[in-house]
Amino acid sequence: MDGSTMSDDIGKTLLNTPPKVVNLGLESFALELSQQGVAVVHVDWTPPAGGDPALADLLSKLGA
Amino acid sequence: MDLIERANKEAVRRMLAGDPVLVDVIPAEQAIPTLGERMILHAGPPIDWARMCGPMRGAVTGVACFEGWTANLEAAAEQAAAGAFALHPNHHFDAVGPMTGITTRSQPVMVVENRAFGNRAYCTINEGLGKVMRFGGNDEEVLNRLRWLRDDFGPAMGAALREMGGIPLKSLVARGLTMGDEMHQRNVACSGLTLRHLAPALARVTQDRDALARALAFIGGNDQFFLNIAMALGKAIMDPVRGIEGSSVVTAMARNGTDFGIRVSGTGDTWFTAPVEMPEGLYFPGFSAADANPDMGDSTIVETIGLGGFAMGAAPAVAGFVGAGAASEAGNFTRTMAEITLGENPEWTIPALDYFGVPTGIDIRLVVETGLAPTINTGIAHKEPGIGQVGAGVVRAPLACFREALLAFAETLGVL
Amino acid sequence: MSGLVINEVRRGFYLDSVALMRLSRGIAERDGVEEAALMMGTPANKRIMDDAGLLTATGQAAEGGDLVIGIRADSHARAKEVLQEALSELDKPAGHGGAAVQWRPRTTRAALKQAPDSNLALISVPGDFAAAEARKALRRGLHVMMFSDNVSLAAEVALKQEAKTLGRLVMGPDCGTAIINGVPLAFANAVPRGSVGLIGASGTGLQEVSCLIAQGGGGLSHAIGVGGRDLKEEVGGMTTLMALDALDADPGTKHIVLISKPPAAGVAARLLERIGASGKSFTICFIGASDLTLPANARSVDTLKAAAEDALGGVALGVGFDPVMMAARAPAGRGAVWGLFTGGTLCAEAQVIFQAAGQVVASNAPIPGASPLDPGGSGHQLIDLGADEFTRGRPHPMIDPTVRDDALVEALASSRVGVILLDVVVGFGAHADPAGHLAPVLTAHRRADGPVVIASVTGTDADPQGRTAQAAKLEAAGVMVAPTNADAATLALACLGCVPGRDPTNRSA
Repeated sequence: MDGSTMSDDIGKTLLNTPPKVVNLGLESFALELSQQGVAVVHVDWTPPAGGDPALADLLSKLGA
Repeated sequence: MDLIERANKEAVRRMLAGDPVLVDVIPAEQAIPTLGERMILHAGPPIDWARMCGPMRGAVTGVACFEGWTANLEAAAEQAAAGAFALHPNHHFDAVGPMTGITTRSQPVMVVENRAFGNRAYCTINEGLGKVMRFGGNDEEVLNRLRWLRDDFGPAMGAALREMGGIPLKSLVARGLTMGDEMHQRNVACSGLTLRHLAPALARVTQDRDALARALAFIGGNDQFFLNIAMALGKAIMDPVRGIEGSSVVTAMARNGTDFGIRVSGTGDTWFTAPVEMPEGLYFPGFSAADANPDMGDSTIVETIGLGGFAMGAAPAVAGFVGAGAASEAGNFTRTMAEITLGENPEWTIPALDYFGVPTGIDIRLVVETGLAPTINTGIAHKEPGIGQVGAGVVRAPLACFREALLAFAETLGVL
Repeated sequence: MSGLVINEVRRGFYLDSVALMRLSRGIAERDGVEEAALMMGTPANKRIMDDAGLLTATGQAAEGGDLVIGIRADSHARAKEVLQEALSELDKPAGHGGAAVQWRPRTTRAALKQAPDSNLALISVPGDFAAAEARKALRRGLHVMMFSDNVSLAAEVALKQEAKTLGRLVMGPDCGTAIINGVPLAFANAVPRGSVGLIGASGTGLQEVSCLIAQGGGGLSHAIGVGGRDLKEEVGGMTTLMALDALDADPGTKHIVLISKPPAAGVAARLLERIGASGKSFTICFIGASDLTLPANARSVDTLKAAAEDALGGVALGVGFDPVMMAARAPAGRGAVWGLFTGGTLCAEAQVIFQAAGQVVASNAPIPGASPLDPGGSGHQLIDLGADEFTRGRPHPMIDPTVRDDALVEALASSRVGVILLDVVVGFGAHADPAGHLAPVLTAHRRADGPVVIASVTGTDADPQGRTAQAAKLEAAGVMVAPTNADAATLALACLGCVPGRDPTNRSA
């Protein structure tokens, strides 16, 4: 992929449309966005695999 | 990994392609020729007498009397302890059974054929509510009902089904979902629909008007009549999904009152087990959580195919079983279960969720990653033998067996 | 079964069994009640009630379509009372609908099922998990803004490489600020739309420049954060270069401002080459960098203020602000300047101003030429309280202004300190009222002959906190408020009688 295609990609999919956000982490970010009328889905995130790094690593190897 | 994605795609394809038809009722020994004398099939993963919970022991001793293997319950218990009965999981014999799930040679079993794959699955006839063998009941009343099912009702229902060419179940379940059933704790609509299908044929094959009336009243009076059909249907759908190399899809979840076990397509027929959990529920008058036996039964096969707790959104009333769960929150259960499944079933949809398809294909990777255990709607048995059902509620599958399965699954792929 | 049992039958009254079980439980838990049940009068249910000692002849006569209420209480009177309560529960109108708790997805995968047209993941989960979440988001086609820090450099490089092949932008890790299409993300301000595009490795740098552009009457197309390490050799400016390409191709962007600490030499060369190939004009603000060889379409500035002025086409900011005159109104200061900054780049900009005035300055985040912090030293100390050593395990001082309190109280009490220099950063993401938090702390600990307190407010009047309102609260607490962070640093020097050197101006190409 050359630079121009890539910047077109970013232009089309990020800069030329109002952001529609998936928020993971601080909920206040999602609240502020929705108060401004920005489309946002807040993910009720918890550490994957219960926070077990070995299991999380295994999951990533298994394509999860 | 592409292998896993391909394998799981195939698993879900097979699940959705399943075409279950209720075709017959026949004695268990005919359905399962290897089911011999003094052989007792039970719910859940393998377990011996020593570790069996109270109600399952109650059912084992009751059925030993029913089959005429012992004279009374005490003798049955002694013989069971001495190893006189061969105990095996239903799942190892193409069968499933609710709660204690006891299946023996002379009991009638309903036959569900998956016409897309040609396999058959079996389940006993639902005995009704209250004091029944599936909840550990074993007195004369319980045994007499079983005799009637064996001698009168079972043969009549079998004849009716043969006469009418069977009842296709896929569309029946689809209608039931739109009528408020989730096929585990709530089977009112599907039981009624089954009765509608069955009644004319039953009338044609039954000579005695009183016998016909009793058969119709039995189905009509049992809101859970369809549960056992749904279970055989679940088993019939899931069996062709077993043994797909690289698939992380759960093919069975089952509990024996002591252990919760799961099987995963890519790891073949190995059971991964963990201690069962206590359901959270509502109790019949006179009973409380202190009386409750831990989670039990093969009925979780309905969750395995996306019904039961996974289809809670179709049956808002059932959501009331969980703590302070409001009926309006029922859909959240279904949406949450969609986090651990690979897809949705386009033929089994929930009107109140804008025709969202029931979550289909539990992926052990997603369960472990999200920490979201499958939600199971269940009946609750008394922990002592011989008493029966004391309530109903909701329980979670223990995460430990999914973690264990994931490790074994990774090992089959050489990833560990 | 010692108690007294009463039954009541409601003919033809149907209620769902689950609803009845819940009602039963509520009734059975009341004082003086031994057991209670509300059930439809089917034979099976009547059996259960009978076994529980709850059935009288009245209930026995009920049929399947009738509701049976059975109560066993310690007295007949109590049973009657509770029966009335049960009946009124039954007749109570059902709860109003529509109170359903909104469902929340637990994973990006599920979030995208709910909102399939999402295009950006905003990630602020703990650093140990951030890279994995970013990768999942990228693979599902999302651009990523990683607010999270404590992500390994190796993970950052791998993510950005993957993003590059996918044609997706990874802003961050440790990206505090972005404004995309007028939408402020994380820590950002409400600024008007316009034709200036910003790219910044620093959150507060982007905030200060975007607010100053707004103050000068300009506006932004986009502000893209790249994360504090993007211009390191290892990362090679991957995100900065992609952002440059994107803004270069963006028809709404006429002029581009680049804000960063000095990049690695190799990265700087690549950036400047890319800039030279663009048809647009550029302002380069590499805070603390020595002279650069710039392409003809770029100009270099030393401060954030100068960057904003250059982007505005030479509009001067803070007109009317005279640090010498203002300093004359303050008591003559003695001692050193202690700067207590919440914004890292604001701290760096102050160091630039101090160095330009020939002052020796120490910092926990020193720019080239500044020295590391010496806790016992008597010289000027400009501290970045948002640095890792202060924020590990606690909130950033822009979110929780109490993080600055201890240092502020110490500075107010210290005889070595002549001037306290503060930044107040407002906008989305920031504390709801940082000036309102500072004011009572200052009032409570100020001494008559104590240090002069100087501050600036990074923000706009369109921000939730309101820049003017924040400045007014500071002034009411006796703080001298400068129009920009650079001006605040200049004023601090003026208060100590250090004639500020030439106002650092554009070192134009």
